[in-house]
Amino acid sequence: MRVVIAEDLFLLRDGLTRLLQAHGLQVVAAVDDGPGLLAAVTEHQPDVAIVDVRLPPTFTDEGLKAALAARAQQPGLPVLVLSQYVEQLYARELLAGGTGGIGYLLKDRVLNGAQFTDAVRRVAGGGTAMDPEVIAQLLDRNSADGALATLSPREREVLGQMAEGRSNAAIAQRLVITERAVAKHTASIFLKLNLQPSDDDNRRVLAVLAYLGR
Amino acid sequence: MTGPAVRGPRRGWWSWIPAGAVAAARETGFCGLMLAGLGLLLALLLPLLAAGLGIGLLLTSPGHENPAEAVTVRVAPFAVVAVSLLLIPTVLVAVRALAVLTRRLCGDWCQVRIADPYRPPPPDERLGFRGRLRWLLGDPAGRRDLLWFGVNACGGWVLAAAPIGLMIYGLLCVLGGNRGHPVVAPPPAFPGSEPAVLIALGVALIALSLWAAPRLLRGYGILARSMLGPTGRAELALRVAHLARTRADTLDTGAAEMRRIERDLHDGAQARLVAMGMTLDAADQLLDDNPQAARALLAEARESSAKALAELRDLVRGIHPPVLADRGLAEAVRALAMNLPVRVHVTSELTGRPPAPVESAAYFAVSELLANVSKHAHASQAWVDLRHQDGMLRIGVSDDGAGGADPARGSGLAGIERRLAAFDGVLALSSPPGGPTVVNVEIPCALSSPKTSSC
Repeated sequence: MRVVIAEDLFLLRDGLTRLLQAHGLQVVAAVDDGPGLLAAVTEHQPDVAIVDVRLPPTFTDEGLKAALAARAQQPGLPVLVLSQYVEQLYARELLAGGTGGIGYLLKDRVLNGAQFTDAVRRVAGGGTAMDPEVIAQLLDRNSADGALATLSPREREVLGQMAEGRSNAAIAQRLVITERAVAKHTASIFLKLNLQPSDDDNRRVLAVLAYLGR
Repeated sequence: MTGPAVRGPRRGWWSWIPAGAVAAARETGFCGLMLAGLGLLLALLLPLLAAGLGIGLLLTSPGHENPAEAVTVRVAPFAVVAVSLLLIPTVLVAVRALAVLTRRLCGDWCQVRIADPYRPPPPDERLGFRGRLRWLLGDPAGRRDLLWFGVNACGGWVLAAAPIGLMIYGLLCVLGGNRGHPVVAPPPAFPGSEPAVLIALGVALIALSLWAAPRLLRGYGILARSMLGPTGRAELALRVAHLARTRADTLDTGAAEMRRIERDLHDGAQARLVAMGMTLDAADQLLDDNPQAARALLAEARESSAKALAELRDLVRGIHPPVLADRGLAEAVRALAMNLPVRVHVTSELTGRPPAPVESAAYFAVSELLANVSKHAHASQAWVDLRHQDGMLRIGVSDDGAGGADPARGSGLAGIERRLAAFDGVLALSSPPGGPTVVNVEIPCALSSPKTSSC
């Protein structure tokens, strides 16, 4: 799997490169600003781009803009955005296209290499990887919502995992329950939230995110 | 706050008639205030008059048969002097109250706003008799109040009384014309006293008084402002006092904030990093002999670093939210709104960005207000409106909750006001029981031109 990294801090760029290589991913380019990312994406046609939100020259949300620009330039390009903090506002902008291949994670998640590379692979495969903190905010915000209040604690847990972008198999593994149980829970969640059930993992995730982000 | 007496514009050619009548009635009210002021001035002069009388009586020393009566006559004026001297502070307080009332009525009735010119009372809460007297007499604005009541009693009131006098004179003329013989004498230069002529004169005078009343009312207000308003010097003194207070507040707040940050760093991230270093060191020692335990320690160190990061993130959010720096006030408020259980509708007509400190103060004000909404208001929806008008950043925060918010209770609103005061910003709250609650914040500032996005 071929990866392009855009990160301005040398230590992090280097660390990320080594981490990804240690987990068997190939880093084809590591750049330090937005224009560099666009050029690298055009040149290398990577499977996924990993972008830091803060890039020079203004160190505000240039990375986010660069990521969206890269996706506009190469539709469907999977992009994983890393940030020192997460904002629903930015999550919403990333998801606005309504398609998958989007990740938005705290930089802290890099510390757990296995989970992080798992998220990278998921995004590269057209899936979604939302930071648990974004999802926690979304769930908190919607907790007064009538439909959400009818979910059982376990269903809430499954909903959170699903919203982060995990497949049934991954959820089952994480919550230490069977895949069949997860399927039962998800069916019940979709019924209670009045959502269109879908067999496609990714479309299911996007529907949940759209519901929570209304 | 506009007073209830302020009317909207009336339609129709006749609109000047009721307007004139209202103005004439208000001017009559001002004449009443003049009389009250005159009474207070006389009360102040009373000791002088009584003392003069007493000295006069002593000097003339009329021969009284009854020595007891003679003593009474000579002592009585001095008793009056003593009593009225004791009453002076009360009279001065009444003078001030009357001056304050005049200022308010000038604003409500004449549309002439007069700022409060007084020095703040001394910080000592329990003023003695002399302290109180010194405060009231020592304030040049208080002495100017007295001057105003004197000028007003000597001639200023004519301006206010003229329309109503003219009107009464006109009415009497009309009345005389109707009865066939004049009730009052027409002006000497006036040709004849025929009923028709008298009625015409009366109507003309009434019309003149109605026309002139609003103009004279305004003139009276301007005259009052020239004496009751703060002098340039007093304005500067008030400004200096305000700046000194807000600067002290700002420094206090800043210092407290620094202490909080220092403590948070010391107890949080810093402590975790130290622990992490020690854990890593221990893991290093164990690496060869007991890789299993070393692995556990490494996991612990990773956990520590994640927690330190989370704490630093929370700290940064409290100092200057990153999204505020990235996107400006409107987007930061939108981001804030997304994390609240209440549906918040944010509208913004900001075309540029306020200076960073103002932006930050405004953001934390909105943040505190919205936190209040979700905690106390029992609201289902809230609205935030951001705009820049007349050199002011105006922020309206309202909700459909239960109302009854009391600014005196809790320190949240007071804290916002203190923080805004450093920028000459103000906060106005309206929260009747049953709602809705509306809070308006105004901060004078300029907007920088919109940032052109480069990427």
